[in-house]
Parts: sequence; structure tokens; C-alpha cells
Amino acid sequence: MDTVTLIIDGKEVKAKREATILEAALEAGIYIPTLCYYPDLIPFGACRLCIVDIEGMRGFPPACTTPATEGLVVHTNTPKLQELRRNIMELILSEHPYSCLTCPKNLNCELQRVARYIGLEKVTLPYTYKELPVNRENPFFDRDYNLCILCGRCARVCQEVRKVGAISFTYRGSETLIGTAFNQPLQEVSCEFCGACIDACPTGALMERANKWEGLPDREVVTTCPYCGVGCQLKLEVKDERIISSIPAPDGTVNHGQVCVKGRFGIAEFVQHPQRLTSPLIRRNGELKEASWDEALDLVARKLKGYKADEIGVIASAKCTNEENYVMQKFARAVLGTNNVDHCARLCHAPTVAGLVQSFGSGAMTNSINEVGNAACILAIGTNTTEDHPVIGLEVKRAVDKGAKLIVANPREIDLCRFASLWLRHNPGTDVALLMGMMRVIVDEGLLDAAFIEERCENLDAFKQALNDFDLDFVEPITGVPRDKIAQAARMFATNSPATILYAMGITQHSHGTDNVMATANLAMLTGNVGKPSTGVNPLRGQNNVQGACDMGALPNVYPGYQAVASPAIREKFEIAWGCSLPSSPGLTLVEMLEAAYRKEIKALYLIGENPALSDPDVGHVRETLAKLEFLVVQDIFLSETAKFAHVVLPAVSFAEKDGTFTNTERRVQRVRKAIEPIGDSHPDWWIICQIAKRLEAGGFDYSHPFDIMEEIRYLTPSYGGISYQRLESGGLQWPCPSDDHPGTPILHVNTFVRGKGRFIPLKYVPPGESPDEDYPLILTTGRSLYHFHTGTMTRKVAGLNIIEPEGTVEISPEDASQLAIAQGDKVRVSSRRGEIRVKAKITEASPPGVVFMTFHFVESPANILTNPKLDPISKIPELKVAAVRVEKL
Amino acid sequence: MQKVQEELSYLPEEAVSEIARFLGLSKSEIFGVATFYAQFRFTRSGEYTVKVCLGTSCYVRAGARIMETVQRKLGIKPGETTEDYKFSLERVACFGCCALSPVMVVDKTVYSRMTPIKAKQVLSSYH
Repeated sequence: MDTVTLIIDGKEVKAKREATILEAALEAGIYIPTLCYYPDLIPFGACRLCIVDIEGMRGFPPACTTPATEGLVVHTNTPKLQELRRNIMELILSEHPYSCLTCPKNLNCELQRVARYIGLEKVTLPYTYKELPVNRENPFFDRDYNLCILCGRCARVCQEVRKVGAISFTYRGSETLIGTAFNQPLQEVSCEFCGACIDACPTGALMERANKWEGLPDREVVTTCPYCGVGCQLKLEVKDERIISSIPAPDGTVNHGQVCVKGRFGIAEFVQHPQRLTSPLIRRNGELKEASWDEALDLVARKLKGYKADEIGVIASAKCTNEENYVMQKFARAVLGTNNVDHCARLCHAPTVAGLVQSFGSGAMTNSINEVGNAACILAIGTNTTEDHPVIGLEVKRAVDKGAKLIVANPREIDLCRFASLWLRHNPGTDVALLMGMMRVIVDEGLLDAAFIEERCENLDAFKQALNDFDLDFVEPITGVPRDKIAQAARMFATNSPATILYAMGITQHSHGTDNVMATANLAMLTGNVGKPSTGVNPLRGQNNVQGACDMGALPNVYPGYQAVASPAIREKFEIAWGCSLPSSPGLTLVEMLEAAYRKEIKALYLIGENPALSDPDVGHVRETLAKLEFLVVQDIFLSETAKFAHVVLPAVSFAEKDGTFTNTERRVQRVRKAIEPIGDSHPDWWIICQIAKRLEAGGFDYSHPFDIMEEIRYLTPSYGGISYQRLESGGLQWPCPSDDHPGTPILHVNTFVRGKGRFIPLKYVPPGESPDEDYPLILTTGRSLYHFHTGTMTRKVAGLNIIEPEGTVEISPEDASQLAIAQGDKVRVSSRRGEIRVKAKITEASPPGVVFMTFHFVESPANILTNPKLDPISKIPELKVAAVRVEKL
Repeated sequence: MQKVQEELSYLPEEAVSEIARFLGLSKSEIFGVATFYAQFRFTRSGEYTVKVCLGTSCYVRAGARIMETVQRKLGIKPGETTEDYKFSLERVACFGCCALSPVMVVDKTVYSRMTPIKAKQVLSSYH
């Protein structure tokens, strides 16, 4: 029996066996006053307000720490209980000011609610005011500990859920305060500014500064976060048609009431930023000037009509909705007649799609985010999870908390290393050697899952042949990881089941990125870790809708649902549906389109919501290319670095001003809901594309709402067949979801691989395109920071984020710094074969000797001036993760 | 933490950070535990620790005046250390030698039947 039955206030209540009385009551809709209880936290039993009367039991136990057991008869609201609660409340209020009318939390305060419930009329105890100054030293929220009731929810959520521990109970007795070590500012005690403490605070002690005096919102809109691929569910609070706050939706399937600093504090300010584009712009006499929509749309239509199909390139956007990407690729194929359509997945997970399709038959995350927390072993390779996918980072920490072994493989000392059982610090670009070395140990020691391989996989013998080259004598010097550690990691991964692999750009952004991906797939198959809960190969996708943009066919070789352009049967299906003839040969990839533009073969480019002038490798070359285009249309919400090259700029709306869907990294399609009206004269991307299509006399673009587009998508895309707006109202759905009664697919390859048998792929070690030499003795590797996103188009508009991380730095090891006579904060010149930039040095042990690190968020120090555009031959991804550079003090 | 304090005489910020690293906790958590106990200090103590008793017996025999005198002479309050790190001052509630009250203790030497003048002389003898 998994449930127990008890009686609460005369009502029969069923509860889970491990539930407490408080949880049982909450589940049954019975209110018990409490101040220290908070979901997901260990019961604390501190406030004593949830005391109840249990028949046959002495005293008044607190409901939050008493287990609900079979047959209990519980009373929650007797005169005696209420009297005791009033006494407790009086004690709390003897140290809490009564200035409710001037308190920012007025009407939204749990203390008020409890006081009302227990009927407290007056406080007879003398009142003490703590007279503490309000702490305003961080950019996002105020801390007024005069209002604090010491329930500890903030410190507990920081320690138990976020595993950060920036704040804690300090001092003792009447002097107890929530504080930091030595009362340092939060910035100095590794606070990540996730805002979980504010959300947990029952009083006005912790208040977001931006909306402190806004009062209650007029309405709340649940939507999907526009930053990374995790797909956290956010609640946007709207007042007077403005977003005043974004807080985590408490019941979000993916994020369970947690978000990161960007989703919590980085939304309202960029959406409502004065620099938002509010009117179309047309280049006249070399300058971008405001124009009317009719003028701009007519011009775009007229110009595009003047080019042959193969002279036009279309770049869709992983930031836009599924519906918009669908319309964009349909426009490229059906109206412009070209398959030259691609988007930035080319720069992140193209190898994942290419590699996992060969190994498994489907290029997506095999398992779900919520399964990570239940794994017994996690290999996190090439992912800085806590910085780049913070909410998935929480799952990793949850697993470690429950005893899982964490293996971190990363050249840099990332935050996850604190939680790791084993940290493999391999040289950048040696992932294939490291993983093959581990697999060699697994095979040699007979730790492979023979039954799984026999039943479900093929090509093991050829693969074993390839392993012969990966003796640890060979692997150790290449990777720089001691052989014992490699062997230990191999054993750890093979013997702790279920084991899962998480990876991100550290695996894919290499000139052998596809090999890296296939190496992870080999490892998962070899140990039988595919198709079961908490296992699999899990690429963590960077953009909010990069999965969806791929699914929608914003790729040169496939229609929506990865249906091949080259297949005549499929082409015919789309020709009938769209009522036109379609081009038969696959188009150019993003990088190839830019190359063709450089050679003036592509003359016009239509680009939505991307910023290649900052995000692509060797951006000096990219900017030259953009300047060569005869006609460049850019659709964006800000005048990005790329938009500055445009001939026509069309103002689009942000995620908060439109309806649609995003598909997150675990293939979960979730709703994006309109919260406010478009800013200025901006319009949704799908509307703009349809307007141009109509001006080109194309049929099939008469959508009145994204709903209509989704209906067309599910008609043409088998894996989205059962995904409708109606169903999405009750939560996201994970594809494949082929029919209306299909529940969605949390785990891929359960009984059989999508391609039939899982294929072992023999691999060879190929060194990175550039190795350090005399002229360029250091390796530059790039990445992201917690506080900014991609090219900073959104996050650089948020004042608080700029305060916390105002500028880019080059991170360098103490050894290299001292050799180059560089001191902390010195200005240095970093140069590669492509160009040079000036930036401040940050000396940190996180960087290994010989390796320097930069983020690519900052236009002032664009790391991609330096990066190597050498392509992976299979997936055409450039080698963004390894470039040889020289650092000199200025 | 006791061992670190024994070695360094107090818990400096760097030590708290290192203890946190060693235990896999945050420095705020370590600081929280340390501040709960009266035994941990966060400032470097002086060469000599001066303890003035304000227990019942010393109190009724004007221990407070001794404390006042010492504070004025050293220019610090209880829990603090002089700028030259010569003296730290602590307030103590009974040494168990009430017959000698009011008492003042410097490191392990007990000075009995204190008067403000005697207290000043004792402190001067350590300069």
C-alpha cells in the first residue's frame, strides 16, 4: 500500500505513505497555518504554528514533522490550538514591526494571513525594534532584516535546493540573524542571484527592488523562459500593461519553482527596454531611417523577387517559436524556392543531430531532465552545467545528494567539480581519446553489458578493433589525465547503474564534434545505458528553442520532423500540402551560406533573431561578408551588431508579446503566452513573414493566430501529430507524440532504437585543427557565463546583470600569468591567426596552465574575432572550442 | 575549527573559506556555526589577553569600575584587540576566586583586590 487514510477535521484524507500531516492536509485543501514550511525543503518544525491535536496522542505535535499514519484522527482548528497559536504569534510579532500599511509586502504577506486565520487582535507583549539598516548592496533585491521572522526558508532553500549556501543563520539567541560570512556582500559569498530566497520569504524582508512598491499585479501569465534550452516555466506579473516581475511558476514540470538569475531578474528590463526597435528601418543614403510597415514590406518583397532562388539565403532563429520557424522555412522553400535555410544550431548541436542519428537514429536528448536527479552515476563532459543550464545543474546536485557518483570531464575547474567524485582534467580537444580510453578499460575488464549489446546493438567487433589503438599508454599523454583516473572513471561509469551522460558545446564545437558525440553514444551502449530511466546520452541545448527550430525543419536538408528534402515521396507530400513545387536538392548550411555570400554567390540574406556578427567564428570575416551582401533583411527586437549591416530592419516582438510554443532540450513542447501588447509598432515574426509572402502572391499564409500554424504543423509532422494547444494547456508534451491520445515520450529508444539497432561506430583520434606553437603558445577555449546569454542582446540590456558582470575577461592560470608578468586585472592583448582583441586578465586556478578562457557575450571584447572557423567535415560545425592564441601584457 | 583557532588564535576569513572548501560547505554556513558558539573569535587576539571579572562578587565590589578603567587605558571594548596587537580584552563572569574579588586575569596570572590604580599599574607592567 502506497497510501494511508487518516481523518483531518472530520474529512477522510488519503495521503502518500511518506507524507507528513501538513502535506496530507494541503493536498486535501485543508489549511493549517505555518510560516516555516516550504515545499521541497526538509521539514524544519521551527515556527510551531502548524501544531495540531491528534486523538490519543499527548501534547500538540507540529503537523510539518509528524508523519501521516493510518487511522490518525487530526483536529487542526480547536479553540485550544488557536489560543496557543495566538501566543506563539504574539512572540513573533513582538519583534516584527506593525507598519503593514507602508510595507511593500502588504496584502501579499503570509504573516498577515496567519494572523488573520488565528484571529489575533492585539499584541500584549512589549515590542522590540531591531534597528538594522536595510541592506541594498546587491543590484536586484533589498534585505530588510527588521522584517525577518527567522523562519529560515531563504537560507534553507539556498542550502538544500540550490546547494549554494550564500546565506545562513548567524550568531545566537536574540542576536540571531540571517547573514553571510563576515557580513560580506552577497557577491562575495558565491551568491548566484537565483532569487529563490525572495520567493521563499513569507514577509517583506527580502524584496525585489524593481517592483518593490508596485503592489499586487493585475494578472499573471504563465509562459516559457526565453533564455536557455531548459525551458523553465515562468510566471510574468503584469500591472498597467507592463511586466513588473518574472517569477518561477511553482508547478513547472521542468523547473519545480526554481529558475536562474536570467529568468528571475533578466526579463522585464530587456522586454521593456527603451532601445527596443519600434518601427521598421530602411537604409537610405547609407543610414537606417524609420519607415512605415507598408514601405518596408513592399521593398523587401520587391527586392526578393529580383533574385534567383539560389541567390537567397534564409537564416531562421532558435529564439523564435516553433510556429515562426515553421513559417520561415515554408516561406524559404515554397515562396523563395530555396532550401538555403539554416539557423544557429549549426554552431551548437549540428554534430549531435549528425552523430546521434548515425548511432541511435534520433538526434535529440534521449531522456528527461527530471530523471537526472535519480541517476546513480553522471558523466558531465564538456558541460558547465551550473553556469549554462543552471536548473539542470540543480538536478545533478540532487543526484549527488542522493549518493550518485559524479564524473566531471572538463579542462577547467567548473563549479560542479565541488560535487564530483572524480574530475578528469583533459586537454581541450581530446575527448575522443579520453572516452575511447575509458571504453578500452571497460572492454578489457569485461565490464560491458553483453546482454544489452547482443540484443540491441550492432558492429561491436569493428568497434573493438578500433579500441586497440586506445591503450592507456597512448591515451594518458594525449589527454593529460593520469591513467589510474581514466580507469577509475571507466569502472565507476560501468558499475553504477543507471548512468547518464550530459554534454554540451564542449563536445560538439570541435572540428571532430561528430566523432565526440558518437563516442558518448558508444559509451552509453557499451554499458547498457540507453532506453531506461535516468540513463542515456543527453545533449543540453543552448537556446530556448533550438530543438524546436531543428524540429520545424529550419535546416537545409530536412522538412519539419526531419523528413528528408531529398526523398521524392516526402517532397511530394509537402508539395501537395503547400500547393507548389519544391526544390529537390538540399540547401547550404549557415557557414556555407556566409561563405557563398563572401564569394557573392548568395546576394540576398533574410535573417531573423540571430547575431552572426558576434556569435560566429572569425567574426572579422563574417562582418566583411555581411558588408558584401546586396540585400540584407534583419528581423530582431534590438538593433543587433548584425542589424547594423542591414538594408531593411523589421521590428519583431519579444516572447512576452506573442503566443506560440518552444521545444526545450528534452523535446518538451511548451506554450509561450502573450503577456503584454507589442511594444511600439512591432509585430510577431510569423505575422511579418506572412505579410511578405502575401506580397509575393503566395498562398497558404493566411494564418490568423499561431494556433492555425500549429494545426498545420501537426498535420505534416508525425512526431508532433498529437501536440495541440488544447493539450498543452495542461502542461508540456514530449515528442514523439504522434496522436491525440499519445502521452508523449519521456525516454527514447526504450525497446528498440529508432534506427533499429544501436550502431557502435569505430573512431580514430584526430587532434584539434590548431595546436599551440611558438607564435601562438596557448589554447583559447570559449563558453558562457551564468549572468549573460549568448551575444548579450538581451542580458546586456539588464542593469543588474551588467553590475555583476560588467565586462569580458580572459581567464588565465597563475602559472601562465606569472610567466607573462600579468597581474590581476591587467589589460592584455589576445591574438590568434584571425585577429586580436584587448581585454582584462582574470587570474584563476580554474584555468589549467596552457589554456585561457573567454566568454563570447561582449561586443567590447568579441572572443569570436579569435576563434577558428575550421569545420567538422560531417556536421559543418566550426571549431569554436579550440584556437591557438598568444597573450601579451599591454 | 577549534584546531584552527588553537593554531591561529582566531578564525580569519581565509581560514573560514578553507574550512568550507575542505568540508564541502559554504563559508556562510561555517561562519553561521562559528558565530553560534561563544568560543570562536574572528579578530586576531593580542599578545596578552586581559580578562576582567564581572561575576556577582566582583560586580558588587565595583568590578565595573575596573572594567571601565581598563577600557579607557587600552582604548578598546570587550571582544576587541588594541591596534598594536598587544592586548585583547574580555569580560568574564566569575573565575571561582570570589574571595579575591574584584579580580583581573592577564593570560594565566590572577590579580586580586583590584582598584583602578592597581589595574593601571598591572597593565603598565606588561608594556
